[in-house]
Amino acid sequence: MSQLSSSDTSDDARRQRSSHAHWRENLRLMLVLLSIWFVVSYLLGIVFVEPLNQFYLGGFPLGFWFAQQGSIYVFIILTLVYALAMDRIDRRHGVESGSAASQSKTFSEKSE
Amino acid sequence: MSIQEWTYLLVGITFSVYIGIAIWSRVGTTSGFYVAGRGVPALANGMATAADWMSAASFISMAGLISFMGYTGTIYLMGWTGGYVLLALLLAPYLRKYGRYTIPEFVGDRYYSQTARVIAVFCAIFVSFTYVAGQMRGVGVVFSRFLEVDVTVGVIIGVGIVFFYAVIGGMRGITYTQVAQFCVLIVAYLIPAIAISWKMTGWAIPQIGFGATMLEGQYAGMALLETLDAIHRDLGLPEYTGAWVDGKKSMVDVLAITMALMVGTAGLPHVLIRFYTVPNARAARWSAMWALIFIGLLYTTAPAVSAFARVNMIETLNEQPYSAAPQWFKSWEETGLIVFKDRNGDGRIQYSGNADTNELTVDRDIMVLANPEIARLPAWVVALVAAGGLAAALSTAAGLLLVISASVSHDLLKSVMWKDMPQHVELRMARIAAAFAVVIAGILGIYPPGFVAQVVAFAFGLAAASFFPILLLGIFDKRTTKEGAISGMLLGIGFTAAYIIWFRFIDPTATADQWLFGISPEGIGTVGMVLNFIVAITVSRFTPPPPIEVQMMIEDIRSPIGSRDA
Repeated sequence: MSQLSSSDTSDDARRQRSSHAHWRENLRLMLVLLSIWFVVSYLLGIVFVEPLNQFYLGGFPLGFWFAQQGSIYVFIILTLVYALAMDRIDRRHGVESGSAASQSKTFSEKSE
Repeated sequence: MSIQEWTYLLVGITFSVYIGIAIWSRVGTTSGFYVAGRGVPALANGMATAADWMSAASFISMAGLISFMGYTGTIYLMGWTGGYVLLALLLAPYLRKYGRYTIPEFVGDRYYSQTARVIAVFCAIFVSFTYVAGQMRGVGVVFSRFLEVDVTVGVIIGVGIVFFYAVIGGMRGITYTQVAQFCVLIVAYLIPAIAISWKMTGWAIPQIGFGATMLEGQYAGMALLETLDAIHRDLGLPEYTGAWVDGKKSMVDVLAITMALMVGTAGLPHVLIRFYTVPNARAARWSAMWALIFIGLLYTTAPAVSAFARVNMIETLNEQPYSAAPQWFKSWEETGLIVFKDRNGDGRIQYSGNADTNELTVDRDIMVLANPEIARLPAWVVALVAAGGLAAALSTAAGLLLVISASVSHDLLKSVMWKDMPQHVELRMARIAAAFAVVIAGILGIYPPGFVAQVVAFAFGLAAASFFPILLLGIFDKRTTKEGAISGMLLGIGFTAAYIIWFRFIDPTATADQWLFGISPEGIGTVGMVLNFIVAITVSRFTPPPPIEVQMMIEDIRSPIGSRDA
């Protein structure tokens, strides 16, 4: 009995450690992507738009292109990278959707 | 067939499709009514979110606004797309994992406080009504111009359609009509854009044509944007691509407005609840990505449309004799949205940056609708644009009405007044609330308060200053307490509302020098948001930490799967 319960606790502890590691990796990824989001939209598209406008991309002044085109492409890529990278992080920590655990309903639906 | 016959045909077909979908997807449970039974696939939810988000303002007004603003139009382009990065990374997956029905419900549970929930309900209802009035107005404008019926009749038809599918089908009906509406609106937006780009630059992709050289006219061989800058210089207007030139917004203001729109987007309840409808947190991440792709399709096309329309409009009208003005000019003149005043009496139309000699005033709202006619595209394209404008307005209106309905039936009636209300009664209440909201929205569309355009600044400012900080802290900071959240929300809303009311209604002639840090009322939501964060965090450190159940709930929503032992 006592052995069983101690292995339960270590399972719990392991799960908790894994979920903390999952959260930390999630946060790190978020910070990297949000920094890019900030640089492209606020710095390239607004603050440095005039210096960048001295360069051209085809017929576009570069700063203007970042503001009205490039930033939006980058936003799309950021959300794509986040979705892909989170799928990998989920898998590494065994919390991907479709695994046995996710078959159970979420907390709130159960209590409804 | 004439433009009007085509419009009747296309609007008739699309409306029949919406009604058919509503009948097919009618619901009988509260879960079906509020969150479409949480069975919407990520891709479909992406389309529905895109239609939900892209309103009459995005479809009809935005390209026109940018056309007149040039570089400064960036505030809308980045502001209304960049918010999806915040949504995808910071809010959507966690709100889905939490998984109840409304945003105020999350606020109430996370901050263990009915007060917080009720404040959130009023913000949600206010923001949504503000927004919905503009949509119904858009419906009225399209009807009156293209079908030549009275604005009132147009609004009543629109109200009738939304009533039908929102009340019967709830979120499920709304979701699948939004998918159809997205298809209609994106086709309607892209076809004329592609045709015009092809005509003017030889490129079928407007995003490229926008940066290419002109094929014909006196500027043939010159880059399109360079041409625009040259035309603007000749007319005495600030250069189109110029950023910090006289007559345009300052850098500080552009930064603040862009931030307020981004954060406001991420805090709008009708967008947030779309992420409750997918099966799990992973699907929420993917559907945010799909939504941004679909939105980006329109938002990267819009600035190209703006530039094409600008060149076309000036080339077609400037220095032309009024008597030879094209048919579309006359049609729009009748609606009062184009005004020509022959100041020097030479019978020609002179457009100029100088207010004293300028003879032509064009309402920004008509550029997208008039564009196909200006570029002399066939009648069916013009009609398609009308159907697209209606799809954009109706899809957004429906999403907003659901927020209002759920706020009343679920957040006020059920949680505050009648806690053990049976499901079938709640469903009936939700339908009655939706019906009421539709009717009020219709009335606001027919008798628009004179300040509809101004109050939209409210919607984003308030969403930015109230919901976003509280939702973000609710997920990422376990230490934020109910006292912190309530005082943060109240200060954020109070400050933003007071500033907007002051500079919009009490002292509207104030110049940038009198604005706080040079920030206009449109951008003040950014300051409201910062205040909300500071107060919420500070007050939380001086009040008792949230109860252990709440801390466990936060742990739970951070993990994409599994359930807490409850």
